[in-house]
Amino acid sequence: MRLVAREHDSPWRKPAAIAAAVVVTFVVTAGPIRGAGASPITAYRRFLFTPLTSSYSFQEVLLTATPLLLTGLAVAVAFRAGYFNIGAEGQFLAGAIGATLPGIHLADLPAAVALPLAVTAGAAAGLAWALLPAWLKRAAGIDEVVTTLLLNPVALLLLQGLLNGPWRNPTSGFPDSETFGPGYRMPTLLGDRVHAGLLIAAVLIVATVVVMTFTPLGLRIKAAGQSPDAARFSGINVTRLQWSSALVSGAIAGVAGASQVLGVQHQLTGSIAQGYGYTGIVVATLGALSAIGVLFVGLLLGLVGVGSQNASLVLQIPPQMGQLVTAVLLLTVVSCVAMLPYRLVRRRSIGAS
Amino acid sequence: MNISLVAVLGATLTIATPLVFGALGAILGERAGVLNLGIEGTMYAGAFVGFYAADRSGSVWVGLGAAIVAGAAAGALMGLLTVTLGVNQHVAGIGTTLGLVAACDYTNRVLYSSGTQVRVPKFTRLFADVDILGQYALTWVALVVLAPLVWWTMRDTGAGLRLRAVGENPEAADVAGISVAATRYVALVCGGVLMAIGGAFLTLALLGSFTIDIVSGRGWVCIALVIFGRWGVGPTVAGALLFGFADALQLQLAITSEFSDVPNELLIAVPYLVVIAALVVWGRGIRYPGAYLRPYRRA
Repeated sequence: MRLVAREHDSPWRKPAAIAAAVVVTFVVTAGPIRGAGASPITAYRRFLFTPLTSSYSFQEVLLTATPLLLTGLAVAVAFRAGYFNIGAEGQFLAGAIGATLPGIHLADLPAAVALPLAVTAGAAAGLAWALLPAWLKRAAGIDEVVTTLLLNPVALLLLQGLLNGPWRNPTSGFPDSETFGPGYRMPTLLGDRVHAGLLIAAVLIVATVVVMTFTPLGLRIKAAGQSPDAARFSGINVTRLQWSSALVSGAIAGVAGASQVLGVQHQLTGSIAQGYGYTGIVVATLGALSAIGVLFVGLLLGLVGVGSQNASLVLQIPPQMGQLVTAVLLLTVVSCVAMLPYRLVRRRSIGAS
Repeated sequence: MNISLVAVLGATLTIATPLVFGALGAILGERAGVLNLGIEGTMYAGAFVGFYAADRSGSVWVGLGAAIVAGAAAGALMGLLTVTLGVNQHVAGIGTTLGLVAACDYTNRVLYSSGTQVRVPKFTRLFADVDILGQYALTWVALVVLAPLVWWTMRDTGAGLRLRAVGENPEAADVAGISVAATRYVALVCGGVLMAIGGAFLTLALLGSFTIDIVSGRGWVCIALVIFGRWGVGPTVAGALLFGFADALQLQLAITSEFSDVPNELLIAVPYLVVIAALVVWGRGIRYPGAYLRPYRRA
């Protein structure tokens, strides 16, 4: 068996490949679901449909999708320019820390000042965490993949150090920060769970679509990402473009962290580190690095996230199934899409016709 | 200040062991042209599968064997994705890591739901009463056997030459009759095995148990060490020893009275920052393997 390039392309092949990937994902994850003693069909109904059946759980889906939309957008913005920011996890945690700073030290501010301040602080912290790798790439040509990756565990350690040290809760003694001042609650939408972080995500997605589709800057970013040498040849400063994309990406990831502490936790706890930054890479990749793609995939993974929590309560399937489905879906989709230009033929010996 | 240099040097070798395994595994793949970011997950899988098999069989050797099989499978998966299908290597690697970590955590929850820590048979130190040299056998295997072996294989054998050729110029290698795909698969499978042994070292030698997030970024450190060592075995192992020394030093400092006010987490972060600093000092303007990140298809 070997792969041979296809001579003709056809418009239905891509949807077919993605459908095939979804089927393969079902099959691959059916084994572990059985292993946990549940029926795969029942489990998948819980993952994909149950969350949509009540207004409460639909709000949960939007709530779960909010950080994924933001980290997914952060990763997409950087990848699109050809800057492989694998550090959204660290930048997310930095953003959560940044928003906590005013949240507990300037607790008395009114909401009109407090919220913009905390979100800005989160964006600044995320940007700051992205600054070192971006600068090393720009000034010394050091591979950003490695430096952004290495700073992820460092951000987690910084978070834990703050929670065990200066920010330890003085009342309970637990490694959680104090609850933020009342001005730091994100207003809620639709019900009492979904918060304004979703609105921020929507605004940033629309802004990205506008920039990428209608401005020369968007065209330059696409060119830099697709073919850096050709872009350089036509006079685009690829290095500077990647540098600014890296910083914007860090800032968006920081906003994601801020939105999560301001909208959901109202304090900083260790449980903020859920791997949202890594999942952002999945969201961006499955969304084909486009803002609209990020929107759809972010909502889909929010659905799977709520579904897997639900399934863990009802069917006793460990909630890590959500991450497993996400990772398998990523690998099967990129595999099937990579196979698109090829077809599989049986190997024939030379000379036979 | 009262820290024992002997204790620091002894711990340096122990801490460097999983990094030496992981980094040597990463070198094999990268010299053949494939960056394996699945390393973090492969080490995690080695740690968990080794732990599970040792628990079920009651033998630490069965645990090690199972980890090796898991590592080979993880390497083959990377091969399927990056060599056969030509998927973007960053995406394939991160996806492999996410998938393996999720699969291990999931299985761990299904099999060990009670929450009590399960202890499994573990390796014991050889020459345990000699200060610095009282190390696990795997440490000696990594430093005395494996590192020279990989260095020699890459430099002086036909297999090593083919591996480098495929990573530098796959077109020329193909014309010369070397199978690019087969060579890369072998490199990734062997590399996966080494990474998984590095992970199994954590559960089967250091801890004798398994905890969530046991690898905690060591795989990423290995990837950095390989770049720091410019894909050479000697400098990469030296980098692993440097990280091990920084880590051993912080562990010692953490228990001395002078540093009792310094947050523990800050000290734990130091080795990661040392690696970044080392990259800044020695990692500028390096030349990557010619076919790094490039899938190969016959035109």
